[in-house]
Amino acid sequence: MATAGTVPRTDAPKAPKKRRKGIFNVSEGGGAPILVAPTLALLAIVIGYPVVKAVFMSFQKDPGLDKATGLFVSGGFAGFSNYTHWLFERCAQTTGGTGPCPQGSLGAEFWTSMGNTVMFTVISVAIEVVLGMWFALIMHRKFRGRGLLRAAVLVPWAIPTAVTAKLFFFIFAFSGIANKLLHAQILWTGDAWPARFAVISADVWKTTPFMALLILAGLQVIPDDVYEAAQIDGATKFQQFVQITLPLVKPALMVAVLFRTLDVLRIFDLPYILTGGGGGKGDATNTLSILVIQQIRQGFNSAAALSTITFIFIFLVAFIFVRFLGANVVQTQDEQQKAAR
Amino acid sequence: MATAATETRSVPRTRERTGTKRKSFNWGQVRTYIGVAVIIVWGLAPAVWMMITSFRDVGYTFETTPWPTHFTLDNYRTAFSTNLGNHLARALGNAVIIGVVVTIVAMAAGVFCAYALARLEFRGKYVLLGLILAASMFPPVALVSPLFQLFTNIHWIGQYQALIIPDISFALPLTIYILVAFFREMPWDLEESARIDGCTQAQAFRLIILPLAAPGLFTTAILAFIAAWNEFLLASQLSSDRTAPVTVAIANFTGSQPHQEPYTTVMAAGTIVTVPLVIMVLLLQKKIVAGLTAGGVKG
Repeated sequence: MATAGTVPRTDAPKAPKKRRKGIFNVSEGGGAPILVAPTLALLAIVIGYPVVKAVFMSFQKDPGLDKATGLFVSGGFAGFSNYTHWLFERCAQTTGGTGPCPQGSLGAEFWTSMGNTVMFTVISVAIEVVLGMWFALIMHRKFRGRGLLRAAVLVPWAIPTAVTAKLFFFIFAFSGIANKLLHAQILWTGDAWPARFAVISADVWKTTPFMALLILAGLQVIPDDVYEAAQIDGATKFQQFVQITLPLVKPALMVAVLFRTLDVLRIFDLPYILTGGGGGKGDATNTLSILVIQQIRQGFNSAAALSTITFIFIFLVAFIFVRFLGANVVQTQDEQQKAAR
Repeated sequence: MATAATETRSVPRTRERTGTKRKSFNWGQVRTYIGVAVIIVWGLAPAVWMMITSFRDVGYTFETTPWPTHFTLDNYRTAFSTNLGNHLARALGNAVIIGVVVTIVAMAAGVFCAYALARLEFRGKYVLLGLILAASMFPPVALVSPLFQLFTNIHWIGQYQALIIPDISFALPLTIYILVAFFREMPWDLEESARIDGCTQAQAFRLIILPLAAPGLFTTAILAFIAAWNEFLLASQLSSDRTAPVTVAIANFTGSQPHQEPYTTVMAAGTIVTVPLVIMVLLLQKKIVAGLTAGGVKG
């Protein structure tokens, strides 16, 4: 995922800028290695080591009874069998070899969980982009009580996701306020689509304001005189939005969409607490992260393979965003910070 | 004449945008305030509903009145009671311990790295920035299986370090990213001016830079603390009853009846966890928004 930073910046070498001596008496970046060393060391321990270990584990067999021979197997090299187990939903059979995983076992849940995760991501992010854009446009106008609005927008963000999940569990309870407001009697956590709807609404509630703030930061970079010129030329409000606002806010929007997409792809807290991954036939809101957690107690190594698949999948999505959709995080935020000064 | 015409045309628009006092009815302004009201209701309604419910008598859990008809503080008493196997007070303590240590470690390492990224030019700077950004996007679930196995083997499950160490994986990148944004906005020229005026390097740092950087540092620390405070996935797997932080405790809250959710008690517990954060948000909203949009990584 380092690609976010490797995209060449046009103004990277700031040659004419004379560097002053820093507070640590390091000039011209000579002391930079000392300053960044503690961070790199910590990241190597808390992320680097577990990732390498997970990849190593994913090629090991889980200790347990061999289904074909009935003998205890203490592990050993597994090749890609942990990966094929998930990707092709193949399980070891009592007759030897592998076959389709039985319904209801975790092995048969991979593509369902993958589908749910992608579905949550697409629907949530799509709603959040539209609503977030609308919120941002309102927040960009001048009005009294900006402080109150900003505080109100931060409240959903500040509430821990675990609490949000419990709160929406209460809101979507059978006798809860959602059913009362809708004059309906829906078993929200029981059926497939109502359960998904509950998870998506909780996610959208919590993160739309955050999306709006990111888009707002992009709107604030657009100079006012561009709109004034357009107005003099007779452009309508709608034309201004489509021809000026959208193209100019696009970099910030892409970054916001990237952040949110990667965030929903690892969604765990909300469905885990709100629906337990259930609904429908019992797996309508199961996500990749939940599946990993369920697998951990049944075998670390298989769980490591699944988490590695999840990690690679998220990495690929990030890569596509940065490479093909032009979500240049570093540069966009650089520009926003320059404009904010 | 032409200029006068342009002026009159642009007047209503300028007024609309600047919101200066106007006596006549302004439809655009009304629409703005309707939108503002919608956003405020959006942000506050569910949270307010949680607080109202936390004061309702348990027999009136599903009342729909906008205030509790049978006001009670019992839910808060029950939430803190340990009779049903819930340990909210202990969990709050755990979350504070974990959050404070994670914040201190992340700030201690992050402040130097962020300083280098914001002020120095060195090879691999943008690779490092991208690496840190990538680290903050990292799915925590990829850490769980190896850490769970490791911590089980060395008997760390049920120890605080088993929760503190993994939390650094997201708190440190977050800290660095936000600090870089704050540091870039600092008027570093002042440091130089102070030195020309006769300050030593240490004095310039202590008297000029530190006071200016303090609000940014404080906000970053708060954001790192909130991120650690809100973490659930890693904590739910790597904690025992003894070390479970408050998010895990609330998720596992049990009531007096099995299979029956103690809604009002959970809402009280949720309110207790949320109120300190909301107060911090109210006090620091401007800085937090600046920090969030700069290092906007945690949703």
